[in-house]
Amino acid sequence: MTRALDEIKIGGLGSSRKRVEDNRFIRGRGNYVDDIVLPGMLHMEILRSPMAHARINSIDTSKAWEIPGVRLVLTGEMMATRNLAWMPTLSYDTQAVLATDKVRFQGQEVACVIADDPYIAKDGCEAITVDYEPLPVIVNPNQAMADGAPLIRDDKENQHDNVIYDWEVGDKEGTDRAFAQADLVSKLELHYPRSHPSPIECCGSIADFNRATSKLTIYLTSQAPHLHRAAIALVAELPEHMIRIVSPDIGGGFGNKVPVYPGYVVSILASILLERPVKWIEDKTGNLISTGYARDMYLHGEMALRKDGKILAMRMHADSDHGAFFSDAQPSKFKIGLLHSTFACYDVPAAHLTARGVYTNKAPGGVAYRCSFRVTEAMFFQERMMQAAADDLGMDQAEFRRRNFVRDDDFPHRTPFGFLTDSGQYGKCLDVGLEAIGYSDFLKRKEEAKKQGRLLGIGISAMTEPLGAGNSREYDILGVKMFDAAELRVHLTGKAILRTGAKTQGQGHETTWAQIVAHELGLPAEDIVVEEGDTDTAPYGMGTYASRSTPVAGAAVAMVARKVRAKARKLAAHLLEVSEEDIDWELGRFYVRSSPEHGVTIQECAMAAYSNMPDGMEPGLENVAYYDPPNLTWPFGCYIATVEVDPQTGVWDVLNVVAVDDCGVRINPMIVEGQIMGGLTEAYAMSSMQFITFDAQGNCVGSNYMDYLLPTAWEAPGYELHEVVTPSPHHPIGAKGVGECATVGGPAAFVNAVIDAIKDTGVRNIDMPLLPDRVYEALTQRHDVSGAPPVKTDD
Amino acid sequence: MSSLFEEIREPVASDVPVRRVSITVNGEKRTADVEPRLLLAHLLRQGLGLTGTHTGCDTSNCGACTVLFDGKAIKSCTMLAVQADGHEVTTVEGLAGPSELHPIQEGFKDEHGLQCGFCTPGMMLAAKALLDENPDPTEDEVRWALSGNLCRCTGYQNIVKSVLWAAQKLQSQSAS
Repeated sequence: MTRALDEIKIGGLGSSRKRVEDNRFIRGRGNYVDDIVLPGMLHMEILRSPMAHARINSIDTSKAWEIPGVRLVLTGEMMATRNLAWMPTLSYDTQAVLATDKVRFQGQEVACVIADDPYIAKDGCEAITVDYEPLPVIVNPNQAMADGAPLIRDDKENQHDNVIYDWEVGDKEGTDRAFAQADLVSKLELHYPRSHPSPIECCGSIADFNRATSKLTIYLTSQAPHLHRAAIALVAELPEHMIRIVSPDIGGGFGNKVPVYPGYVVSILASILLERPVKWIEDKTGNLISTGYARDMYLHGEMALRKDGKILAMRMHADSDHGAFFSDAQPSKFKIGLLHSTFACYDVPAAHLTARGVYTNKAPGGVAYRCSFRVTEAMFFQERMMQAAADDLGMDQAEFRRRNFVRDDDFPHRTPFGFLTDSGQYGKCLDVGLEAIGYSDFLKRKEEAKKQGRLLGIGISAMTEPLGAGNSREYDILGVKMFDAAELRVHLTGKAILRTGAKTQGQGHETTWAQIVAHELGLPAEDIVVEEGDTDTAPYGMGTYASRSTPVAGAAVAMVARKVRAKARKLAAHLLEVSEEDIDWELGRFYVRSSPEHGVTIQECAMAAYSNMPDGMEPGLENVAYYDPPNLTWPFGCYIATVEVDPQTGVWDVLNVVAVDDCGVRINPMIVEGQIMGGLTEAYAMSSMQFITFDAQGNCVGSNYMDYLLPTAWEAPGYELHEVVTPSPHHPIGAKGVGECATVGGPAAFVNAVIDAIKDTGVRNIDMPLLPDRVYEALTQRHDVSGAPPVKTDD
Repeated sequence: MSSLFEEIREPVASDVPVRRVSITVNGEKRTADVEPRLLLAHLLRQGLGLTGTHTGCDTSNCGACTVLFDGKAIKSCTMLAVQADGHEVTTVEGLAGPSELHPIQEGFKDEHGLQCGFCTPGMMLAAKALLDENPDPTEDEVRWALSGNLCRCTGYQNIVKSVLWAAQKLQSQSAS
């Protein structure tokens, strides 16, 4: 007779267990970097460049030193004496820590003041005088590649222009052949604008160097503590075992907290020099103008089509604006990240992609803002192109997609650029979405509305994307392979602690990792405490970004629990006095196969591990597992939005949004849905209002929340969510990543809907964000609207 | 309580003008000598150690620093500490007693109204100000009342549900 536990009751897989971490957050008892106060702590402030491109003639810090309470003033020159004026980036470039020769973007770090309190440190920055000699400014790739363009990176030997790389992938000849046979070639050009991830908490660090122990402890807003430990060991040439990174609670990351920033490095040096803890907390403008941008890519594509709607080939070119330093935080072996995952859900026989990266006088970027390294640009372009092609063919949007989807029995599917997608039911997801939005009914309403002069539109976006870097064959950061580890220790009373090298920033790992252990071991989730973020105690891991935690660290959790269960099985055999082969497992209990009423619980096995182990067995019940994924996981999302555009103003309102997500097995459905709704809102934000750009002088427009608009509860639409479950065939519990899917796939749904609403104008594209004035311009002047910088400003 | 930054600014504070303020924080009268330029948010966080009040944007847009000021929701990053002299301030730490939860706190947990938790204290206090005035708000009224507070994680739908959950619980409590 089976006595298996009810998995949902113990908070296992599939349970919408309430979050453990909420208990402290709702009481205001979270512990973010800025909440930490150490004895004798000093405060650091950064002086930033007001110019986008200028030679530094001189820096006078004498007045700052005179301010009572100022302890240290650091400039690039002083950093250079310690070989710290420049640091390596994650993309094999260099980046200035504090500027020495010239400044290359507005907001670049020029000097730092360390003082007794943050107000005095700000006073110190204001007292510094910098003599700048302005230089010509570049704010887009055309300017960067123009003849006679000023050289931004004159610090680099052998850098004679502003081009960082030229890169290509795919089958050029096969693509050319397919285009020669096409009935129709559809074209699209667009700019995916710069965007800033903008977590509400800015970046910060507290460096605490203890001379007595030689230990450097750094409290850091870090999505990847182990990666940062390695980077700091390399940059500062400090022994890795003497560096401890503690990533406490993180107030949102979204990719912004993956790179290593100059403020971290300077606070470390300041702490070493002063032998006191030094806290640096960035302000919002500093965060918006200097840290981890995303996107900023110009995409041009051509699609070869057969009359019946079959895609024959794709040809694409990308010009990517990386800012002043190539510091993309992306781990693939591909220069342009995973841009070539585009069209992975469609059967495209041939494809070719070229990409060029350039330097400009803008903050360095290329972070994966809720995204896996350029997949957001890839999928946005894909779904905008699909709409343009369907319109060119005169074919229904949904039908055109369905006709070209990879079929359910076609997995694993090799994409034209060489990825291997793992599983999916794309057609089913689309059907669920169309049914939910009332597709055919809406098309009728749209026609009726048109007769009354009202503009309704519907936008579809469907995509699969690669989540879960690595595998270690194709993904590394500075040579460090991309895998993750989990360590599980079961105490004698059957309670446990689990540690991983991932780092939660709102994803709820403290809740969900325990659910995976509950599923594997039958321990109630509430009996398992999860700990992350301290490199002295957590096993190695590459951190949390790019929706990689569940695919990699989550898999490691399942694998370590299985290792523990394997040992528990030996203990059970000993307790039951039978051989291991004669026992079976059910959730929470081993039993004798021939006599199921004779069994022992996992808790009894745990007790035996410390008190009654068989002769020769090592005591204890704990293990560690390193997981190197065999492949990426490929979730699928279908997002459908309906909008109404006001022809008088260009303002558009969202009517309905339906999201159908297939992220494989859901560990905690409540948390998955929370992730999807958050992602959808960021998608809506990028398509409608998140506007950060540059004028001709390189001034950042959108450098604070009064200009860089984020949706509030008032603007954010409501969502209707649906699910389809196709387990990943290679993940231990069949799960796939999900955190970024809606952000990646969502924007095209909103933009396609607005373009659909104004289709009669012949306009093919309006660049995001679709601000009312842009839509109005498209409506009234009947031409495409580009959003590329420079923008005109009032002065 | 001693001067706000006195302990960490040992030799230099003598020429800095300070003013004594007296503020009732979470029901307890607190007195501090503060620089006139000190922001209320910084007094709460660094002076009084109430770190549940967060600072996010410095421009009164994000609302992470929202506290109740004589019962009204205000952004403590754009109020000087001296302006709070003689007034009452409630922070997230004052929402409920040590071993209790306010229904708004319960609602946020029950309806998954938070992820990273950074905006949560401000959101909950904005919600409290609403429910104190309007115990039975519509969804639109909740969305409007929270429109001074930014959240990057949740997409707001669950935050709205959390507040409506709390409204219902508060009403059933007052009915019984």
